[in-house]
Amino acid sequence: MYSQKVIDHFKAPHNQGVIDDADAIGEEGNPVCGDIMKIYIKVADDRIADIKFETLGCAAAIAVSSALTDLAMGRTLDEALALNKDAIVKDLGGLPAPKIHCSMLGVEALHSAINQYKIAHKK
Amino acid sequence: MSIYFDHSATTPMDSKVLEAMQPYWQEHFGNASSIHSYGGQAAVAVDMARAKIAEILQVKPTEIIFTSGATEANNLAIKGLVNGLKLRGIICPHIITSAVEHDAVLEPLNLLEAEKQITLTILPVNKQGIVSAEDLRQAIKPETVLVSVMYVNSEVGSVQPITELSTVVKQANNEKLANWSHLSVSERGDKPQLIYFHSDATQAPNYFDCGLENLGVDMLSLSAHKMYGPKGSGLLAVKGNVPLVALLHGGHHERNWRSGTLNVPGIVGLGEALALATLNREKNAVKVAEVRDYLVKRIVEEMSKVVLNTPLENNSPSHAHFSFLGAEGESILMALDLEAGIAVSTGSACASNTLGASKVLLAMGIKVEDTHGAIRFTLGKHNTREDIDELMKHLPGVVKKFRDMAPDLTPYQGKGVTAHH
Repeated sequence: MYSQKVIDHFKAPHNQGVIDDADAIGEEGNPVCGDIMKIYIKVADDRIADIKFETLGCAAAIAVSSALTDLAMGRTLDEALALNKDAIVKDLGGLPAPKIHCSMLGVEALHSAINQYKIAHKK
Repeated sequence: MSIYFDHSATTPMDSKVLEAMQPYWQEHFGNASSIHSYGGQAAVAVDMARAKIAEILQVKPTEIIFTSGATEANNLAIKGLVNGLKLRGIICPHIITSAVEHDAVLEPLNLLEAEKQITLTILPVNKQGIVSAEDLRQAIKPETVLVSVMYVNSEVGSVQPITELSTVVKQANNEKLANWSHLSVSERGDKPQLIYFHSDATQAPNYFDCGLENLGVDMLSLSAHKMYGPKGSGLLAVKGNVPLVALLHGGHHERNWRSGTLNVPGIVGLGEALALATLNREKNAVKVAEVRDYLVKRIVEEMSKVVLNTPLENNSPSHAHFSFLGAEGESILMALDLEAGIAVSTGSACASNTLGASKVLLAMGIKVEDTHGAIRFTLGKHNTREDIDELMKHLPGVVKKFRDMAPDLTPYQGKGVTAHH
């Protein structure tokens, strides 16, 4: 059902945890739908210098969070904003159709964090 | 090490069943409908299985219809009856079922309702997943022709009070007949159409008596692979007075109720599996309940934020259904599988293709947010206390890992958040 890459991320997720002095935090989802993704970012020179996630969700949600943070790490804010669900699904070697929404949630959480940072720093 | 706790999904075939089936693939491969001796050998095997099954189910051998499994049996019971009644001039009858039925009952009923071929009442269940006889009594209408309520729920293991429900149906039928017979002959018209009772007993035979007489039901569905038999083999037991019409038409097999060359090895396996399950029923019920109770005890005593979704009394001995709050069921399932080779099941929405939370859990009044961490353990006759010990080496750590990975959920508590799917 899941690609090997999804399984690998699920078993040992990258960038999982919190950034205590994060510059911005994005959180999407709710306990009723069952998935919550929280993205912490640290920004330096307009780039994502550090990124971590906390996720409540299925194996796909965890793999998406892990892959998304890998993809966003080191990118400029605008490059990170351009990341979309297709990029994540492709990076993961595909996702079962009912799980595609998990990747949307991750993208939304990342975008929310970046937009908050931009508003706070009037970019 | 691999441990299987998903016996509601399917069971490993018993060696005795495999042995009984063995001669009917190659040696006695004949078509049971053929007249020559090859056919004769196959027909004798089918007849023997049929007689054995009929005795256990308290019906005549001619009241067994072999099918491809319980899904087909349920479809035959429901659609076959609606079509049969149509031939008697009964159009758009009323059917009653429960909110916790398997989709193999609910989906045909929903389809018939959408096609305006029936009207449908879906009975609620209480917190234990049980249908109330009083609710059934009140749901019965003059045009009711069928009540279909499962015996043992596959998801949570709740056992429906089938004899109590069938007594309600019998009383309603007796009233119908009494009212009719009190009319004068000129006013009477045709005898009233009685209500039939069907029960999907797929999860029952390992631990519960499935005799149609004892239960007071007219139709009962079974599947071999849930009782250590082969997949692709099942049956519908039908009392002779039920006016069914076949779903599959063709070579007039099964007294024209189900055409298709008989699955001889499958039928032999079904007969052997049901006989073994019946013979060892009490012994297995005690043994499995003992291991299940040990599982429940250890989880409840050793883990926090855990809800046992079904009380153990009045439940199938095989089932233990938990919600691990603040963790997600599919992740727990996957981690147990990948890390420890332990197979469980989940009622989590994320594990279903529709992403909908389990209808059964919601019908029992369990909060949507608590269904996401649902894990179903269904034990079988081979599970031991050592299996539970092994599980408990992994389960607390797996659940903790996902709880630690999750964001702080306290901001969400008490908020009327809504699902966005």
